[in-house]
Amino acid sequence: MRNVLIVARRELGGYFATPVASVFIVIFLVLQGTLTFNLGGFFDRGQADLNPFFTFVPWVFLLLVPAITMRLWAEERRLGTIELLLTLPITQTQAVLGKFLAAWVFCAIALLLTFPFVITVNILGRPDNGVIASGYVGALLVAGAFLSVGSALSALTKNQVIAFVLGVAVCFLFAVASYPVVTDFLSRNTPVLAEIARRIAVIDRFQDFTRGVVSLRDLIFFATFIGFWLFLNTVIVDQRKAD
Amino acid sequence: MSAGSQPVLIDIAGLTKRFGSFTAVDGVSFTVARGEVLGFLGPNGAGKSTTMRMLAGFMIPSAGSARICGHDVQEDGVAARRALGFLPEGAPTYPEMTVTGFLTFCARVRGYGGRELAERVEHAMALTRLGGVLLQPVETLSKGFKRRVGLAQALLHDPPVLVLDEPTDGLDPNQKHEVRMLIAQMAPQKAIVISTHILEEVDAVCSRAIIIAAGRVVADATPAELQRRHPSGRLDDVFRQLTMEAA
Repeated sequence: MRNVLIVARRELGGYFATPVASVFIVIFLVLQGTLTFNLGGFFDRGQADLNPFFTFVPWVFLLLVPAITMRLWAEERRLGTIELLLTLPITQTQAVLGKFLAAWVFCAIALLLTFPFVITVNILGRPDNGVIASGYVGALLVAGAFLSVGSALSALTKNQVIAFVLGVAVCFLFAVASYPVVTDFLSRNTPVLAEIARRIAVIDRFQDFTRGVVSLRDLIFFATFIGFWLFLNTVIVDQRKAD
Repeated sequence: MSAGSQPVLIDIAGLTKRFGSFTAVDGVSFTVARGEVLGFLGPNGAGKSTTMRMLAGFMIPSAGSARICGHDVQEDGVAARRALGFLPEGAPTYPEMTVTGFLTFCARVRGYGGRELAERVEHAMALTRLGGVLLQPVETLSKGFKRRVGLAQALLHDPPVLVLDEPTDGLDPNQKHEVRMLIAQMAPQKAIVISTHILEEVDAVCSRAIIIAAGRVVADATPAELQRRHPSGRLDDVFRQLTMEAA
């Protein structure tokens, strides 16, 4: 655990030593604000909740999370620093977890900076702050799920553009897995897969959280999802690190 | 030849690496005892870096094994890497970090904390003369300084085994001399492997030299013995003769 934290701390420091952190946070807040106020009709609805805000969170993450993860391993491989990192006395699992943790903490910081929304609805009305809290938990878990996918894919390549595009594409698949466009197609051909697609849809799981429902099943889903992708990440790093 | 009764700290047996149908390293075996400085020579693409990567546990060998202080680098990797100071090819470092930040990170991973950590970092920077640039981001440094940052990282924990891939590449003649002095000074307590294609370096610091060509060991002797293998008595001629034959 100590090594995981040391790796995470270095990685997180790297975000703030470069313009990555400020650019990401500013773009995230601007996008999230614009979408919530304009498309979401935050004020026009006249309801004291953050539903318009949470509706857009997964989609903004879909675009921005792969932008964080694309460098995680691809850059280490391009710079050759992966050779340094993995010849230090740490295990590959610790390196994978440390990098993931840093990216996740970074997403949490970006999410925390949306606190003015919470203040606004509390001034304008009397929202159910429990629902808002569970929405935030859900948003953080969606970020974690997308991060684990993006991190694993980043280990496949030295090219950050490829890592980004692959990340967006695969995260998109998991986001829309329960949408009719996917399930209709699958149920016509392979009904079993349609059922599986419904179960692994990240957005469906997230919607439970935005309704204020924190169920053990959803928590286990996200834990399993992230665990699986991080395991895959470790395997990919092990196989491809020296290529 | 061995260094008498000194313990063997590096033990490589039948190390082989294949990439598809291409064999980059082909059954390389040697041992290095404490007190030895082994010069690892060979033309570009002969398999020097690949061998060193396998020795450092970074690359998985297709066959054979490598041990550092008795720990197999694949089975017991963390223990082996604890005893190892490794300078990878090209001395990669994180460009956005400052010299102090980078060395502090390495020291933390090596398990140091508090006052000891500060002393370790300070000592490593003193050995490699990095004092003047300690707060500069690595990306702003010259090639020679970057190399020395990589070297400082490898020396930080005073490891019993040092594996340095081209430690003097990109340094000016004065810096080269300093690094060689440093290696010579540390030699009695450590087993050191340096790869190089500068033959004068072998004469200057190595107690033994291995020449590899096309992935195979073609010579393993002291520099003086190697020189006798060619009528001219010059290491360049020996090197050319041995590596051309194998290619």
